[in-house]
Amino acid sequence: MRLLVHLLCALPLLWLGGLAALDRLGANPVEAAIRFSGDWALRILILALAVTPLRQFAKLSVLASYRRMLGLWGFAYAVLHLLGYVVLDQFFDWANIGHEIIKHKFITAGMAAFALLAPLAATSTQGMIKRMGGQAWRRLHRAVYLAVPLAALHYIWMVKAGWKQPATYMAIALLLLLSRWVYALRR
Amino acid sequence: MLIRRPDPIKPSEITPRSAYLSRRQLIAGAAAWGMLPAGAALAGAFPNLRKSDYKVDEALTSQKDVTHYNNFYEFGLDKEDPSANAPGRLKTRPWTIEVGGECAKPGTIDIDSFLKDNTIEERIYRHRCVEAWSMVIPWAGVPLGEVLKRFEPNSNAKYVAFETLMNPAQMPGQRSGEFTWPYREGLRIDEAMHPLALLAVGLYGETLPEQNGAPIRLVVPWKYGFKGIKSIVRITFTPTQPRTLWNIYAPREYGFYSNVNPAVDHPRWSQAKEHRIGEFGRRPTLPFNGYADQVASLYSGMDLKQYF
Repeated sequence: MRLLVHLLCALPLLWLGGLAALDRLGANPVEAAIRFSGDWALRILILALAVTPLRQFAKLSVLASYRRMLGLWGFAYAVLHLLGYVVLDQFFDWANIGHEIIKHKFITAGMAAFALLAPLAATSTQGMIKRMGGQAWRRLHRAVYLAVPLAALHYIWMVKAGWKQPATYMAIALLLLLSRWVYALRR
Repeated sequence: MLIRRPDPIKPSEITPRSAYLSRRQLIAGAAAWGMLPAGAALAGAFPNLRKSDYKVDEALTSQKDVTHYNNFYEFGLDKEDPSANAPGRLKTRPWTIEVGGECAKPGTIDIDSFLKDNTIEERIYRHRCVEAWSMVIPWAGVPLGEVLKRFEPNSNAKYVAFETLMNPAQMPGQRSGEFTWPYREGLRIDEAMHPLALLAVGLYGETLPEQNGAPIRLVVPWKYGFKGIKSIVRITFTPTQPRTLWNIYAPREYGFYSNVNPAVDHPRWSQAKEHRIGEFGRRPTLPFNGYADQVASLYSGMDLKQYF
């Protein structure tokens, strides 16, 4: 079962690699690859956010072990997304990247989301949980509640038009956060 | 603030209808008497396609990319949507353009007569999308000003308004309430009369594909691509600045002028550089998309940060 989830999460990556190898990414392959990895980062992170509510409301406690896996896969796509921007789109033009982070709010939001996710990925091992202590670790990892809506906001601010799809991601993310709050109130 | 505008087109500068009609007779007569090369009439979509001096010495963007990566929101939001959805859906015959408003001789343009009666010339222009990608495209068309003059715009004609076909059955994107359909665009009269402004009916020597705005579209190479309204059915000379679809949608982001300007960023992204389709990395964007020598004088005295 764990292998299946890994495979499912790897599928978009294999698909992207296949399209790139066959030169089927269209007229603007760099943009296509960046959008594709960004889409999947957001989708998988939202799935990771869905684990706890499903466990709480549907009593699917078996899901708990997939939360870290999904979070890390989502982060992996976010890394690809960021690398695509820094390497393929900007070609390490750090001055311009810095300028864009300050000047353009969709880049600011995306970078902030990534900055929030990176320490979570770094502290995702059992060893780190032990070393930090459960309580501190949990507190730190609540950053994901901010990171995913920021990623959705990054998408909403990026599109020229067609806000419905990014707004749908945002709505789902907020619903999943709301459900945690509802659950906490009911207890 | 005082804005100095170039003088309006003098009535004396407008070619009288009789003059161009006799010009056409001459050409038709020449063809009839075999004075034009016989093979020319058979070649391609545009017999007698004339190469023009309006060209840039930059590598052309491939025909595949020009026809398979573009925006035409009437057929979907993704850049692969127009080529997937427009052919077969958009009916380009019969097709007429209603021309009216502030002019002495309102009338209609029938696309087939238009193609027969005009010398179609090939012009290689840079194309810069507001999304910061660009292409180099060999268009086939007729200078817009030449066409507009025939309708004898009067002195109240300060602007020219354009409208795309409104037909949600053919253009499913028009069912979305996100935009105020139909697509509308506009130019100031001096911009419209500028020799660079082109009514395009083809690209790469072939009939304009549906996804690129068949059968006839506007090309204004010094402005962002969205000013180049597609599948035009109405042209109106107006005394006031016409409303445009993108300006209605987001007035802070898309001004009426929308001249290519690396110094004025889109509120949400940079316009300093562009990704030329088919190349790697980004190249700097040029003021007026590289046509500053020809068009900058149209805007002398204007604050281009205010009139973006």
